[in-house]
Amino acid sequence: MSIRGKAHIIGAYEHPTRLAPDKSVAQLHMECALGAVRDAGLTLGDVDGYFCAGDAPGLGALSMIEYMGIRPRHIDTTETGGSSYLIHVSHAAQAIAAGHCNVALITLAGRPRSEASSGLQPRNFGANIPDQPFEAPFGPLTINSYALVAARHMHEFGTTAEQLAWIKVAASHHAQHNPHAMLRQVLTVDEVLASPMVSDPIRRMDCCVVSDGGGALIVARPEIARTLKRPLVQIRGAGEFVKGLNGGRVDLSYSGARHSGAAAFAEAGLTPADIQYVSIYDSFTITVLMQLEDLGFCEKGQGGRFVSDGNLIAGSGRLPFNTDGGGLCSNHPANRGGITKVIEAVRQLRGEAQPAVQVPGCTFALAQGTGGQLGARHGSSTLILERV
Amino acid sequence: MATPYQDRKLPAPVIYPENQPFWDAAGRGELLIPHCAACGPYWYPRPYCPHCGSDQTELKRSAGRGVVYSLSITRRAGPIAYAIAYVTLDEGVTIMTNLADCDLDSVRIGDRVEVVFKPTDGGPQVPMFRPVG
Repeated sequence: MSIRGKAHIIGAYEHPTRLAPDKSVAQLHMECALGAVRDAGLTLGDVDGYFCAGDAPGLGALSMIEYMGIRPRHIDTTETGGSSYLIHVSHAAQAIAAGHCNVALITLAGRPRSEASSGLQPRNFGANIPDQPFEAPFGPLTINSYALVAARHMHEFGTTAEQLAWIKVAASHHAQHNPHAMLRQVLTVDEVLASPMVSDPIRRMDCCVVSDGGGALIVARPEIARTLKRPLVQIRGAGEFVKGLNGGRVDLSYSGARHSGAAAFAEAGLTPADIQYVSIYDSFTITVLMQLEDLGFCEKGQGGRFVSDGNLIAGSGRLPFNTDGGGLCSNHPANRGGITKVIEAVRQLRGEAQPAVQVPGCTFALAQGTGGQLGARHGSSTLILERV
Repeated sequence: MATPYQDRKLPAPVIYPENQPFWDAAGRGELLIPHCAACGPYWYPRPYCPHCGSDQTELKRSAGRGVVYSLSITRRAGPIAYAIAYVTLDEGVTIMTNLADCDLDSVRIGDRVEVVFKPTDGGPQVPMFRPVG
């Protein structure tokens, strides 16, 4: 059974806050949920499916279902870091197709900026981690895991710091039009290269922002979508994959997007040439480059050339990406902003992106998430969406 | 620019019962690698082969030499810069480690390295690698 055409995204909401010391994480989840059902034209009482991941406080779904006062008959707490929420959209479509729910709510929220949490701190995933003895002594951090991938890509393919900087520059061109973006200043390649080296070859401006906030989505069966007043955004295909260190046969030259992307394109019956807009998870500039290659938007190793010279900038580039400014410039709530990737893709398909970055007649969009550590174990999820 | 290696306080590895022989050997300055009877060497140590699920596995001594597969000098996560790396051992597995006993800025991907054990904070010593020659 395919999920193609079995469900629509009927509600999407991004919390406008980027700094919320006065709000709890549960409150942010609730505010996102309310925003999304309001966007759809429904109420929380219509929700009968609930999806959340590791950012949900307490016992996750148990805590949040009670806090929000919802009564779902289907729950799913699949946790693959920042890629979780794209998988949730796919799993919601599966549940809807199977008749297990009609209106699914997905929430993400967090306050890493208020809590001074970032990718420069030791990873703490709890006790009994099987790889801990063979990794933790060596200081693995989120940032240096991605840096190991970037260093290897430069070695194998000749990718340069200037090419990676172009990804931040493109995001900054989009962020200038987003009143909520944390970094709204248009940057140059030289400005990115002048920022301090954090973990070679990743500089400060190769990194996403650290922001509070969140977002929510509503996925529903097509019959419900057609009764509402919003433009119709159909789920056309999806894929998910987890890539690790392969028992010591390490190959950092590709990411899990190679497999999640192939699955999504196969289900959608489309190719990269059909896609008019992409939301690409952008924890770091190298994350974007790897996923673009692995999704097939360019040949492996050619990502540096592909992203250069403004080719990701809406209006002038060949593949507009992250037109909200993305994690690199706008927000990265809970240090895992995957849901924002879907939200901006929905805006583009509805024709509701900022006018300066709206892709004319956007019919097919792709959203891509990567969660965890790109240079170790990470989840990858790909969604292909269609305006119908 | 030079970034000399400096010792720093290393988090101790958690000793799971299944890995006790590995850590006993590390305490003697020996690097062991798990081998599957069917699939050959793998990493990291665990009783079941990650390639086929077999329990026909054993730890064998490594010569402790290899090449740098990738590295990153983490400069701003604390007071001491350190070089996290993957090293591909001559036996064929790639392991996470740190580079040691050298100017970290001088090491390149592809350089030959050899094992050197470094103490952890309240735990057994762990394998790092230094340039050969």
